[in-house]
Amino acid sequence: MTDPIRPALLDVDHLKVSFATDRGRVTAINDVSFRIDDGEFVAIVGESGSGKTVSLLSILGLTDRRTTFVEGTAAFRGRPILGLPDRELRRIRGKQIAFIPQDPLTALTPVHTIGWQIVEQIRTHETVSKEAAKKRAIELLDEVGLPNPAAAFGRYPHQLSGGMRQRAVIAMALSCNPALLVADEPTTALDVTVQAQVLDLLKRLRRDHGSAIILITHDMGVVAEVADRVMVMYAGRVIERGTAREIFAAPEHPYTWGLMASIPPVEGPRPHRLPSIPGTPPTPANIPPGCAFAPRCAHRFAPCAGLPPALSASGHDAFCFLDDNARAAGRAALFAAPETAA
Amino acid sequence: MTPSKATPLLEARELSKRYMVGKTFMPGSGRAVHAVDKVSLSVWAGETVGLVGESGSGKSTLGRCLTRLYDISGGQLLYEGEDISEATARELLPIRRKMQMIFQDPSASLNPRRRVRDMLAEPLAVHKIRPRNEIGDRLAELMGLVGLPVEYLDRYPHEFSGGQRQRIGIARALAMEPQLIVADEPVSALDVSVQAQVVNLFADLRERLNLTYVFIAHDLGVVRQVSTRVVVMYLGTIVEMGETESLFAAPAHPYTRALLSAIPRLSASGERIVLEGDLPSPLDPPKGCVFSTRCPLATDLCRNERPKLTAGANGRSVACHTPLAS
Repeated sequence: MTDPIRPALLDVDHLKVSFATDRGRVTAINDVSFRIDDGEFVAIVGESGSGKTVSLLSILGLTDRRTTFVEGTAAFRGRPILGLPDRELRRIRGKQIAFIPQDPLTALTPVHTIGWQIVEQIRTHETVSKEAAKKRAIELLDEVGLPNPAAAFGRYPHQLSGGMRQRAVIAMALSCNPALLVADEPTTALDVTVQAQVLDLLKRLRRDHGSAIILITHDMGVVAEVADRVMVMYAGRVIERGTAREIFAAPEHPYTWGLMASIPPVEGPRPHRLPSIPGTPPTPANIPPGCAFAPRCAHRFAPCAGLPPALSASGHDAFCFLDDNARAAGRAALFAAPETAA
Repeated sequence: MTPSKATPLLEARELSKRYMVGKTFMPGSGRAVHAVDKVSLSVWAGETVGLVGESGSGKSTLGRCLTRLYDISGGQLLYEGEDISEATARELLPIRRKMQMIFQDPSASLNPRRRVRDMLAEPLAVHKIRPRNEIGDRLAELMGLVGLPVEYLDRYPHEFSGGQRQRIGIARALAMEPQLIVADEPVSALDVSVQAQVVNLFADLRERLNLTYVFIAHDLGVVRQVSTRVVVMYLGTIVEMGETESLFAAPAHPYTRALLSAIPRLSASGERIVLEGDLPSPLDPPKGCVFSTRCPLATDLCRNERPKLTAGANGRSVACHTPLAS
């Protein structure tokens, strides 16, 4: 899988992120490594506080350097990007790596039109005339499926609906043809029919532009819909990773089982009770030692007090002490024909 | 009046809620937005009515009109047959006890400066539900019902996780010993692993306390899990309603079908109907069927004449000129 000659698009190695708080250093991300190749669609799944957003923000240099400490390495096309001065980072961010935030309103300034903001973005990174940039902006708005793009160009963010705003932000992210698109919960604030439109758009972008996409989400359904590869995060670590096909066919980590089983089905028999994970996810300040999921895990045993063996470098693997037989049994117990309502 | 099979617990008759927008000091300025437009709905004792729809569909506004948290602008609202559409705050007091509301964001609905004990005890004292010396026992009982340790009574809201806060919101609603609970997106702010716990709690409480729910949510899986009957709203009107499992298995309204097909699923199945465009502005609703601007099956009839919500077989009602065959 790993091509020794051509460096990965994004290669993250032993990333560790900690914050300075009034109660001392708090480690939010621990030992996260992954690589993304050109044109891949990778999903990072986790609940709030799992570190899925912080890990990417810190790679992109978007965290506050005075209070956030980032260790490890991250290389974009072979070039280290952690700790690059802002001036140089800005040449990569926005041009080669684009970021789509969860709430499009925070990414748009209310005092300028959508068109003005896209033109500014294009002219920051490329030397083109205003007219050419405007033409390009309208094309982009058309491409992301905004009805009447020329009119949308002159609109202010508050004049657009949530779905239209998110598409305008995606148009802005695409303006420089980025090699990597990082989307942080891009559909969470949207209605389900609009979410379907935006997911289709992301899939089309990957196909037409060959951009790699990292999608951060808490929704397993969204992951199943779009991703090639999946990383599941819990309490600041990647606890399972594999191709989407592998993970949905046979999830390995008890947390992943719980996540998948606790989604109420929209078809088939209705379970009498939803299988649920007891307790709540830990906050970065109180991550338990050893396996962080152990206190909530029905399968915990003595070894779980220590840290599970590191994930293998490639392939489907889980950060867990259970052996293959125990995993198969645990999975079968949870996903076997559910008890249905009378 | 005693509730009987013939009297719904709560009934809305052509209930409407209008807002004025763009109103200035000029007389005659401003336009009316019909957030809820002539909705008729009966809620029977013991059932769980799931109210689904996208943002702007009017589901939350309807929920708040049903509890008279909002004044209604037209139509009637009846509780156990008694007309409460125009009831004053004082007249509503005894009914408020029977009809409680739970909100989406538990941190916004709990006072950060008060202990759980005080928040739960206040309604008991105001409504004189329990004599003062029994309040302590009742509080312990409430915490037990929602699955929280009694010691948590002396904590402040910020000391809890989101799921625990929502449990406190539920305990506060239960304090009144209500018959009916209107829950507006009660689990959508929670993490997936915690959401399932709270969904199960709702089901347990219904069984133990014989509650009736109106459960408002945009997550269709959650609604399917908790509801006995589902009401689908679009642009302030009901487009379809019916028994939960049959409605999910065979939607009759093209909007319901598109909504269900848009849900991302773990196992890829069935084709997805991707709707074009957005919800029309409620300021300027389509002349005919509310869904006609986005409906793949719309005809001239649909664009010109609004279909009425018509009852069919098996308790299914649908507002469509050309409903889908099951």
